[in-house]
Amino acid sequence: MTVPLAYYLVLGAALFAIGMTGVLVRRNALVVFMAIELMLNSVNLTFVAFARALGTLDGQLAVVFTIVVAGVEVVVGLALIVEIFRARRSVNLDEVHLLRG
Amino acid sequence: MAELAWTIPLWPLLGWLLLGVAGGRLPRPLPGVLASALVGVAFLASVAGAATYPGTPQARTLSPWIAAGAFRADVALLVDPLALVMALVVTGVGFVIHVYSIGYMADDPRAATYFAYLNLFTAAMLLLVLARNLLVLFVGWELVGLCSYLLIGFWFTRERAAAAGRKAFVVNRIGDAAFLLGVLLLWTQAGTLDLAALNARAEMLDPSLVFSAGVLLFAGATGKSAQLPLYTWLPDAMEGPTPVSALIHAATMVTAGVYLVARLYPLFAHPGTLAVVGTVGALTALFAATVALREWDLKRVLAYSTISQLGYMFLALGVLAPSAGIFHLTTHAFFKALLFLAAGSVMHAMHDVIDMRRLGGLWAPLRVTALAFLVGALALAGVPPFAGFVSKDLILERAWEHALAGGGLVAGLLLAMGVLTAFVTAVYITRAALYTFAGALPPDAHPHEAPPVMTVPMGVLALLSVAGGVLGARWAGAPLLAALAAVFEGALGHAAPAHAPLGLLVPALSTVVALGGLATGWWLHRDRREPALGWFGRAAEQHWGLLPLYDGLLVPAARRAALLLAGPVDQGVVDRAVNAVGGAAVAVAGALRRLQTGYVRQYALLLLAGTILVMAYWVVR
Repeated sequence: MTVPLAYYLVLGAALFAIGMTGVLVRRNALVVFMAIELMLNSVNLTFVAFARALGTLDGQLAVVFTIVVAGVEVVVGLALIVEIFRARRSVNLDEVHLLRG
Repeated sequence: MAELAWTIPLWPLLGWLLLGVAGGRLPRPLPGVLASALVGVAFLASVAGAATYPGTPQARTLSPWIAAGAFRADVALLVDPLALVMALVVTGVGFVIHVYSIGYMADDPRAATYFAYLNLFTAAMLLLVLARNLLVLFVGWELVGLCSYLLIGFWFTRERAAAAGRKAFVVNRIGDAAFLLGVLLLWTQAGTLDLAALNARAEMLDPSLVFSAGVLLFAGATGKSAQLPLYTWLPDAMEGPTPVSALIHAATMVTAGVYLVARLYPLFAHPGTLAVVGTVGALTALFAATVALREWDLKRVLAYSTISQLGYMFLALGVLAPSAGIFHLTTHAFFKALLFLAAGSVMHAMHDVIDMRRLGGLWAPLRVTALAFLVGALALAGVPPFAGFVSKDLILERAWEHALAGGGLVAGLLLAMGVLTAFVTAVYITRAALYTFAGALPPDAHPHEAPPVMTVPMGVLALLSVAGGVLGARWAGAPLLAALAAVFEGALGHAAPAHAPLGLLVPALSTVVALGGLATGWWLHRDRREPALGWFGRAAEQHWGLLPLYDGLLVPAARRAALLLAGPVDQGVVDRAVNAVGGAAVAVAGALRRLQTGYVRQYALLLLAGTILVMAYWVVR
């Protein structure tokens, strides 16, 4: 039994909305980071769903690309968060606004 | 061997690079020796090029330069008899003057810089005379102007020297603007800047265009060659070291205008252009000679003399005698460089005194210098058999022929002015010689003759001033004129003289005029007398009205215009516009920076809002 395309899309959209809400409302950098990962993977899910429905490889290619970039991003992002924590003993994003214009 | 000709300008350029980079670190006489040696090599290369000249003009492209659409200009050299004669004069006289400079600049702390400039000048001048197209020629033209500026103002801590350098630069700029306009006109109308192609096409072009282009280029020549009305910078240029006056402001750079006209002679061979060239030349020759009569600075006398003799060369060009003009250019380079070097030796001995009222009696202590000056003076005055006689005589003869061949009233006047100039020339140079070398020594002076490194170059030039006439003497076969004939035959082919030969008439006349001038000069100024000469003397002192015109009217007006442009226009309009643009950017940025709060989550919200807006636009559309 195959799952219809719409299910995947709804799930992807729901995951994206959850992630986006997390980014907007949470102050803990680590949680915001996880929320961003959630958004990325919701898009990945949408990509593979379309790839399967359309019978092409384009979506899967995009997903592989996203995973690589996300992996790199994790390295940089986590390193930044660790450094911020070391400097301030806190990872509250609202306390980090030195780049105010 | 023939390949050596292409390397001629590179040797002094190498000298400039070496001295410019490391000259200050070399021990004392070495910069001068190196510079002289490299110019010597360039001279040998020129000799080799002349000896192996195959009989037809040779062209060589050294490197591509500009190629834009139909426009093409390469760094290309052209070797033909005219270019070779000029290269030989530049490197030959240049070498002698470089050697003299070793002695003259021996005590100057910036001698290495001096020789670097002198080498750069030589390279630029060689580029000018060997250029194959007008644009490369223009590069050389501007570079020699730059070197002239640098060397006039070489002792720039003296206000007068710095001002003289600026003046030379500004006055030349006026001529150069016209020159550039001429080049542009030729490019748009003739479609090429190649010198040979321009000469070949001159006949086919619209005569009025040929006339305007010729006059524009000639206006450039009046700047570089210090002709009326742009002559004022050359007398002031005497503030530079004397060897510079000899090399740049007598023998080579100032002759660039003559060379330019000769190089493009088919283009200038329009009757109207020739009339302009000849008239300006003759007027300048007479004008500057009379001014020299009332000048007290020995070097400035020689400067006015140079202006006058350059006028002679343009007179020759104007009466269809370009070979005679180039011949006079050559002999003039010998004897005028000699006169300047002798004047430099006088300055050297008298601790930079150059005012003739404070000189005198130098014949006894400075025997070699005095003899050198005497030879130069006799050559300048045109006494046979000195070189100046042969070339000046040839110009007068050609002017006479031109008048006979239907030149009309103008040609007759040119001839008369030429003869009169010859007379005045003999008078003023006699005056200068009497004031400097005759009479009694100034009481507190203890002059000593210059070292051999300075006297030997003077000896060489004296020899050339005596014997240089051989190059154009009829009994010697006139090798120089014969070589140049091939260059000009295209332009002169249709103007073959058809009249009886003049025989000894002109030589006899010019001999009488020269000797008469010498006698008059001696009679006027014997025992250091200075006759007032009445209205003539006053007019000469006032440059026939040009001095009040320039210093009283034109220069103040130009200065006011410049101040207006620099103050209200540049600072008030241009600078304020620029500042306003900057101020606007600051104001806009000041408003926008409020968006940058530093809160990451706020940025994310804005991002989301933007995304929603874009998507809404897609949906609604």
